[in-house]
Amino acid sequence: MAKFDEKAKPFSKQWLDDRLAITTVMKVLNIEYWIPKNINFLWAMGMILAATFGMLVISGIFLLMYYVPTVEGAFDSVNYTIMTEVGYGWLWRHIHGVGASLVFLIIYIHLFTGIYYGSYKRGREMIWLSGMLLFVLFSAEAFSGYMLPWGQMSYWAGMVITNLFAGGSLEATGFVEWIRGDYVPAQAFLGRFFMLHVLLLPLVIIGGIGFHFATLRLPHVNNQDGEEIDFEASAKLWKEGKKKESQVIPFHPVFLSKDVFIMGIYFILFFYLVFYNFEFAMDPVNFDPADGLKTPAHIYPEWYFLWSYEILRPFPTDLGLIAFGIAQVIFLALPFLDRSPNVAPASRRGLFKFWFWALLLDVLVLTFMGKLPPQGIWNTIGFIAAVMFFVLWVALPFITKLEKKIEE
Amino acid sequence: MSTRRNFMGMALGGFTALGAVGGLYAAKRTWEPLPSVKAAGFTTIDLSEAKAGELVTEKWRGKPIFVLKKTDDMPYHDRDVVIGSDRYLITVGLCTHLGCIPAYNSSDKMFNCACHGGKFDVSGINLPGLPPSFPLDIPPFRIEGTKLVLGEKGTEYNKMLADKLTRKV
Ligand code: HEM
Ligand code: FES
Repeated sequence: MAKFDEKAKPFSKQWLDDRLAITTVMKVLNIEYWIPKNINFLWAMGMILAATFGMLVISGIFLLMYYVPTVEGAFDSVNYTIMTEVGYGWLWRHIHGVGASLVFLIIYIHLFTGIYYGSYKRGREMIWLSGMLLFVLFSAEAFSGYMLPWGQMSYWAGMVITNLFAGGSLEATGFVEWIRGDYVPAQAFLGRFFMLHVLLLPLVIIGGIGFHFATLRLPHVNNQDGEEIDFEASAKLWKEGKKKESQVIPFHPVFLSKDVFIMGIYFILFFYLVFYNFEFAMDPVNFDPADGLKTPAHIYPEWYFLWSYEILRPFPTDLGLIAFGIAQVIFLALPFLDRSPNVAPASRRGLFKFWFWALLLDVLVLTFMGKLPPQGIWNTIGFIAAVMFFVLWVALPFITKLEKKIEE
Repeated sequence: MSTRRNFMGMALGGFTALGAVGGLYAAKRTWEPLPSVKAAGFTTIDLSEAKAGELVTEKWRGKPIFVLKKTDDMPYHDRDVVIGSDRYLITVGLCTHLGCIPAYNSSDKMFNCACHGGKFDVSGINLPGLPPSFPLDIPPFRIEGTKLVLGEKGTEYNKMLADKLTRKV
């Protein structure tokens, strides 16, 4: 037995330290986890994501108590029981719908912030990869959740997305039927997506968030200038009381208090949407019950999947699938396709500056085109934007190779 | 000492791997369609009622089935199901691109898919240059008088399959 203080009062600090080393743990994770001073509100997005995930879990728990995962019962349990009978049931549903939409808005902001400041390379590759893993997991979580109300959009999104797994000319229809547990989306399909949505995927996501945080601990977060900070020297200054001279602040309580302030502003917006402007998160077509003999006039995914959907759409089946598949994973390769030695904001990185804004613009154009019906000029613009997406990624290694090293 | 530990490690690893393989196989089987789902995969439809030029939608395995009795001015195709002097288009009513239901437009005699703009003619053939790369699928069928048993493979269907006029569904 290690030495411990016999006289410490039960549950006092000393008593807990002797048994759990809480002071050391708090130091490693909070009080001596150093954050650069030179960052802005965009660095609060990570904690905002964590908080939004928390809102999704809490509202989900309440929805779960009345939701019925059967093809006969699902639609009414959501649209009738929860929305009109259960006290404040509508509140949980609005929080869940708005939260699911906002989580993607913030993920995209978080992701493009990382690209802009070069926070994905020179020691931060694992942060990027674990972040992309979370993106994939959140996409699966959002899709499986979308099946649950068993409306027309649930059914037809389920049909179209599972058909992707036939792999075009590979004609793997047996595989698609295996995924569905039936020839078409039906009870077996609803049951398994229910399980994924409420248990397996949330568990994996929680693990993924833990992993993402762990990848941040050693490289630390980047800063607005991509400057390589000597964290040890700066931390020493802080601890000596030279807080002005130090380039860093402790995660807790200093950084967190700033985070919480930005989170406060975010949650004002969040609840404004929940109470007064929730319609954007509830597709009207999904208020018709699922009907396997009638496709809605116009099918489109939720806004956050539109850009990748638009990459699939303008091409013939096989090419479309390949394009779509690459688009899903190409962001993973970013740390390895960027060949420049600079970690700096895009504005100081020559051609990369144009690359960044072109990519952002292209993804926005794809998003808008994905929502419009596949006709005339929209088709052409969508097609050009889809081709542009690939041109940009192919060009990336070349333009970053040309980039000059920024001297300090 | 170390050989004993190696042996234990290998034995333990071996049994764990065996258990993992068994577990994965059980998981795969659990995920498969139930026998009752598979057994319900047969439907009989009656063609004698169909009116030429009017699309009727039947249901088989939860999927819509298009039945279109062709009018005389609609061209013949080897994919037609022929009963006496009548010719029928019989297909699964799901777009071969990603599975939306194309809508039949009787004025231009086309099936138009709203999802990504695919088009099929009255023989179910996809128009080139659009997302769908295959004709509408013909479900397995066996002719019984003026009736069709969907889900069973008759000689006419097997011939179409052999001639690559349709894909397996
Ligand atoms: C729900 C999902 C996510 C959560 C909860 C989350 C959480 C966080 C947190 C708390 C931070 C540190 C604070 C900050 O810089 O904002 C962070 C940093 C980071 N995340 Fe995420 N994140 C998520 C998804 C993603 C995704 C999808 C990506 C992109 C692939 C990503 C990439 C990054 C990067 C590159 C950093 C480092 C930023 C820097 O060093 O300046 N994260 N994340
Ligand atoms: S599903 Fe018909 S064109 Fe894509």
